[in-house]
Amino acid sequence: MEIAFSRRTLDNGLDVLVHQDRNCPIVAVNIWYHVGSKNEKPGRTGFAHLFEHLMFEGSQHYDHGYFQPLQQAGASLNGSTNADRTNYWEVMPRSAVELALWMESDRMGYLLPALTEAKFNNQREVVLNERRQNYENRPYGLAGMALVAELYPPDHPYHWLTIGAAEDLRAATLDDVRGFFQQYYHPANASLALAGDVDPDQAFLLADKYFGELASPVAPAAVVVTSPPPRTIEKLLLLEDRIELPRLYLAWHSPELFGDDDAALDLVADVLAGGKTSRLYRSLVYEQRIATEVAASQNSREHSGYFHVVATAAPGRTLAELDIAIAAEMQKVFAEGPTVAEMERGIAQAEAHFISRLQTVGGFGGKSDQLNAYNVFLRDPSFFDRDLARYRKATAADLRRAATAWLGANARVALSVVPHGRPELALPGSLPVSVH
Amino acid sequence: MRADRTRLPQSGPLAPFQFPAIQRSSLDNGLRVWTIEQRAVPLVTVLLLLRRGSAADPQHLGGLAAITGDLLDEGAGALDALGFHEALGRIGAQIDTEVSADATLLGLTVLSRFAERGFSLLGDMIQRPRLDRADFERVRDLRLNRLVQMRDLPPALADRALTELLYQGHPYGHLAIGSEDSLRAITLEHVQDFHVRTYGPGGATVIAAGDASHGELRALVATAMQGWTGSTADARDDRVLSAPPAPLARLAMLHRPGAAQSELRLGHVSIARSDPDYTRLLVLNMVLGGQFVSRINMNLREKRGYTYGARTSFDTRRGPGPFVLQASVQSDATADAIREAVREVEEIRGPRPITAEELDTGRAALTRGYARNFETAEQVARAATQMALHDLPDDYYSTFVQRVLAIDEASATTAAAEHLHPERMLTVVVGDRDRMGESLGTLGLGEALELGP
Repeated sequence: MEIAFSRRTLDNGLDVLVHQDRNCPIVAVNIWYHVGSKNEKPGRTGFAHLFEHLMFEGSQHYDHGYFQPLQQAGASLNGSTNADRTNYWEVMPRSAVELALWMESDRMGYLLPALTEAKFNNQREVVLNERRQNYENRPYGLAGMALVAELYPPDHPYHWLTIGAAEDLRAATLDDVRGFFQQYYHPANASLALAGDVDPDQAFLLADKYFGELASPVAPAAVVVTSPPPRTIEKLLLLEDRIELPRLYLAWHSPELFGDDDAALDLVADVLAGGKTSRLYRSLVYEQRIATEVAASQNSREHSGYFHVVATAAPGRTLAELDIAIAAEMQKVFAEGPTVAEMERGIAQAEAHFISRLQTVGGFGGKSDQLNAYNVFLRDPSFFDRDLARYRKATAADLRRAATAWLGANARVALSVVPHGRPELALPGSLPVSVH
Repeated sequence: MRADRTRLPQSGPLAPFQFPAIQRSSLDNGLRVWTIEQRAVPLVTVLLLLRRGSAADPQHLGGLAAITGDLLDEGAGALDALGFHEALGRIGAQIDTEVSADATLLGLTVLSRFAERGFSLLGDMIQRPRLDRADFERVRDLRLNRLVQMRDLPPALADRALTELLYQGHPYGHLAIGSEDSLRAITLEHVQDFHVRTYGPGGATVIAAGDASHGELRALVATAMQGWTGSTADARDDRVLSAPPAPLARLAMLHRPGAAQSELRLGHVSIARSDPDYTRLLVLNMVLGGQFVSRINMNLREKRGYTYGARTSFDTRRGPGPFVLQASVQSDATADAIREAVREVEEIRGPRPITAEELDTGRAALTRGYARNFETAEQVARAATQMALHDLPDDYYSTFVQRVLAIDEASATTAAAEHLHPERMLTVVVGDRDRMGESLGTLGLGEALELGP
């Protein structure tokens, strides 16, 4: 699937990518900054995401909130932060493109003059409430924190989740905001994509008009991220939570995004738990009925991934039973690899999923977002075909080899999440962890 | 060119919006077939709409419509449950079953080169589900387990409490999944009977949209569905049209010791989808709580920092649907958040009428970005299901913008005065009572009705 685009790099280092698609009279503007929670320091976790919130609070030349003029112009808009990058997007009628570029460029260039203590304190409260809503008050909501804290050593930038620690958010200061902005929010550390009903020449002119004047310090030195030390001893952890059905999380280090074996492990996840014919669903949910749900995924990130399998026990069943059943199915994959039918299914599903994401010009996962992803992580926005080819050319032998190499029993972290006061429901030998 | 940062650029004129053409026809068995060409990517979406959903659950059998929908893909035609999913997986097809109060919607999205096989599988699901006993028992157990997990999920607890308290004794008075008691009371025979009575070509509409011509899409539907026999009657049920009794309390509390936040729902029964004031309330809602810059979100989130977000909606249905305000707020601000939310609802009715600027923003959000809602084949097909469900006119979407622009601020404020009723709003709190102290007592909502888990 060809996504035609043009690229120019402005004098200040900003990459501008334009893809024309006249299917619908709308345009997506999408900006990636190559900064995320991996750029944070211990003691200041959660900061990249808190900063993202401040980008919506007004900038020097329009200090009345970011949403009002854009919603008024018919835009939908949002932003998100993960470990590796922060993105911001608008999707709007083509008549409002110039407005979006004005607004995005103003906050890229002139955020700090409009920043106040009051805004900062307000958004810190909002983020603390986001954390309560999506992590603390959600069943199993702290499991992800416990897993990455064990998978990565404390000085590794994937040791914490993007939402960060509440006490770190409380410790953040306005000076932190200023320093972060100056270091990471400038043209040479960003990529701008426009997709939709837009003329490329016009788009480049407008991009240059609004972004061309912005200062261009050199791009920050890339974070030096070493591979986490290989895991050779199984680790068993337990976390008590306000839940009724215990849940088992198994996690392993895995390849980085677009790395060798990344696509193969995506397909392994599909063989294990993608849909009702997957091995774990069939064994645990359909046949033995010991689990209510299973999932598996290859969570690949820029510098290192982790693969995980998650299963929730049916009432009265134990995590030890789940563990045995999961191990048995994984052993079969190690020993025999996937079947021809599984390969056919996995590749068809990967292709359908890939094309589905390209139905929209913008938002999270639309064409503009994907262009930026390829540009920021690979310096190659034309990667679409080769991305899909990674899946199409994978073989059963590749999957078997990748699963065997990465998903060994000694390399895993097994986290049992159990109801409060019921530590005996964890896998035997599990050590309690404290997450809050 | 240099940027002029002294003022914002003006948006140019808006391109007129035209909903894609729908070609309508019927099969000999009465099934309505609508086709829409949408050729941007090589995908096809097909949706089958039945105008019957969880409101059709018999009393004490809440969850019957939903479990019936859930069982359709557990084996159909010549294939057992795993065989059926193997067949779907091989063509990368995604299926989706949604049972809401008024409707059952079955959908499939597939690469267009596999459309014929995909449509055929969807046809099997609808016409020839196996509905085997072992599958029924397994799926019922899974749904019971989901109910167990919902006991730990504050948004689900709050939704359930609001639904049950606002619609006591009414067909809308239970969640689509039902309750533990009602699910246990459902038998396979109930499911088989429900399938026979509800699934038939008479009241159904199939909408196919995507990368194929009208003729090809219609032929795909015809091949898959022309043998469908069964009920030819429209299955709609008029019991939903009645108004439910007033709730027994104004404040209900579900105590969760140690909860990190309070999950709030404030609401009352409101209009049906067919109400002539529907469009006025859409505009009103944008100003009140329907978008980021709405009054309630700007107050509770951006001014006070009590929450990650607060919003309102009119969940319009065939019968009177609920108006709901929802937010998850920090525990120690629960009473203040409720007070502010209620104050916003009171003020927009007249004391602080909608301003010209607010109206403009609200209308713009609905009209200027309207084309965004119809970018993909699935979005277009889903929009068409609303036309089929609520008997909307053919030009409904193409004339939407002009209807919204005809509403002025006085009209929207009047709609608020007529349709928002803060004095009979029910407030549901799911949170740690002990962290709110006596504060809830200061709200003037009377004694809290204590709810069990």
